[in-house]
Amino acid sequence: MAHITMREAISQALREEMYRDERVFIMGEEVGVWGGTYAVTRGFLDEFGEKRVRDTPIAEGVIVGAAIGAAIAGLRPVAELMTINFAFLAMDQIVNHAAKLHYMFNGQIRCPLVIRTVGGGGRQLAATHSQTPDVVFAHFPGLKVVAPGTPADAKGLLKAAIRDEDPVFFIEHATLYQLRGEVPDDEEYLVPIGVSDVKREGKDVTIVSYSKMLQTSLQAAEQLAKEGIEVEVVDLRTLRPLDMRPVLESVRKTNRLVVVEEGWRSYGIGAEVATRVMEQAFDYLDAPVRRVAQAEVPLPYNRRLEQMALPQVEDVVHAVNDVLYRKVSS
Amino acid sequence: MPDELSREELLEMYRQMVLIRRLEEKAAELYTAGLIGGFLHLYIGEEAIAVGACKALRPDDHLLTAYRDHGWAIARGLDPKRVMAELLGKATGVSGGKGGSMHLASAEHNYWGGHAIVGGHLPLATGVGLAIRYREEDKAVLCVFGEGSTNIGYFHESLNLAAVWKLPVVYLVENNQYGMGTEVSRASSRSNIFEKGCSYDVASAPVDGQDVLAMYRAMREALDYAREHGPFLMEAKTYRYSGHSMGDPERYRSKAEIEQWRAHHDPIDRLANLLTSQALAKETDLQKINRDVEEEMEEIVRFAKESPEPEDDALYEHVYVQPVPVQ
Ligand SMILES: Cc1ncc(C[n+]2csc(CCOP(=O)(O)OP(=O)(O)O)c2C)c(N)n1
Repeated sequence: MAHITMREAISQALREEMYRDERVFIMGEEVGVWGGTYAVTRGFLDEFGEKRVRDTPIAEGVIVGAAIGAAIAGLRPVAELMTINFAFLAMDQIVNHAAKLHYMFNGQIRCPLVIRTVGGGGRQLAATHSQTPDVVFAHFPGLKVVAPGTPADAKGLLKAAIRDEDPVFFIEHATLYQLRGEVPDDEEYLVPIGVSDVKREGKDVTIVSYSKMLQTSLQAAEQLAKEGIEVEVVDLRTLRPLDMRPVLESVRKTNRLVVVEEGWRSYGIGAEVATRVMEQAFDYLDAPVRRVAQAEVPLPYNRRLEQMALPQVEDVVHAVNDVLYRKVSS
Repeated sequence: MPDELSREELLEMYRQMVLIRRLEEKAAELYTAGLIGGFLHLYIGEEAIAVGACKALRPDDHLLTAYRDHGWAIARGLDPKRVMAELLGKATGVSGGKGGSMHLASAEHNYWGGHAIVGGHLPLATGVGLAIRYREEDKAVLCVFGEGSTNIGYFHESLNLAAVWKLPVVYLVENNQYGMGTEVSRASSRSNIFEKGCSYDVASAPVDGQDVLAMYRAMREALDYAREHGPFLMEAKTYRYSGHSMGDPERYRSKAEIEQWRAHHDPIDRLANLLTSQALAKETDLQKINRDVEEEMEEIVRFAKESPEPEDDALYEHVYVQPVPVQ
């Protein structure tokens, strides 16, 4: 175990996999000489050389498309999209190609590809550079979508993604790179894709979340614990395929559910999880499910307005109190 | 005898072109009869390009094409029976009935599809080229698309990247003069598409796409060039006799224009004339090939019609290589 940052954990995963498998290489904007926009691949160019750490033109379509082509031909590309907002320029490659080829050609084509990208708001980058559109990608069968919320999960999931035979869309959060945590050194440490995880046990209310909002939810749980409320926090980790088992088990125990996501509420993770709980554990619910999510506006630049739009610890606390029918004077 | 191609090879190229044309005519018939669904884009008039180019392609080279792909599949050596079965959506089809006319592929032939998003496979082919360089293999990629696909961003992104990384890809434009109903000069800043190569410092050349031997020679050189140096942009001038797809009202061109191409630039007639004028084949030899193809067509159609539908289980097969069990 080492106490390291999310950035170091991701970096470690990439490095270990590149040493393990000659076919693994990185391509994207500023991944080489610059060292990665978020400094994840700093030093990689010197360590692995230009063949395996490839700076590309600013051309998202061909970054993802060429990575798919290389995967088809047997390599293991890790394509980096500087931020998730630019993934929209590669949407056709992600949706119409990566997600479709294996099925459409009846299993003849494989795309063992990882697309690493960075999402999330909270850094005053305004509307085009602050989005959390994770659900958009999770909509498509054929893709696997992963969004870790701890350094250990980031490392284990990225290693699993690189070893996976399917295209994996791997979403990091822009404000989590400095987050520290215990991370196994073991080179065979893997976290399976498609397995949700209970990050905090409790008996009163279930919170379902992931990525940055996992941290927000854990803080809310900490605060509520001081008031004697025991919150269970389930981390989805993978958005597709969605593992509902720990969520359902938890709801059957607590009978109350709050879903916390950073993206917009409409058609979101909350909508999906709440519906599945209704379909599979309706009789266990003692209160309507509550959703905590981003205000339905393009995110503004102004710090105060931006924070108003993003879910805060207090919003989560408030929602938990709501499902407990708890009156709290403020 | 032209080049080093033997008489047998030339006759085989003739046979392939005839087979492609008959298969397309048959497909049109089956479409009209309701046995083929979706879109159907015929290759009639353009046969020399696929046959000439695939003759130059080595077995371990790679091929990616657009949706006008039946001719390419056959020229690449896929079983015509399984091609037709795919058009009919049968389990025995090359893509198990899940791809249809626009999505033929065969991993064993390094034929990575049939792609129906205009320009979408150019980045893929570029990436296959990257894999070849990465592994230092002596191979090339042939990437085929229409002139209408050279106005989309992917064309620019792919040629630029292939040039920067010197990837062994031949980008072959089938300039059949129209992208659906839009005549080339109404959509492209240049009507000579090969000239676009200079923007990226990519070597390029035009070729007469109605002349199967010219096509073969040019492609062989282009592939060698690509293996050695990097990307090549080739423009095959051609013409499609049929509509863009079935049901095209064809308001954008005249019957006379089509007749002119059929009468004076037909690729099959052209090879037939060459073969007879150089005494490589007699008229009766060619007639025999035509008859043999007719017979083969019957077998192809019978196979496709009699093949089973995909099983219900096929619906959920191959979404993932490694599926995660759903709760
Ligand atoms: C991205 C995209 N836009 C539009 C279409 C619809 N479409 C299909 S074929 C076509 C014309 C393409 O013409 P060209 O590339 O010249 O090929 P041709 O059909 O002549 O062989 C169009 C507009 C599409 N399939 N994909």
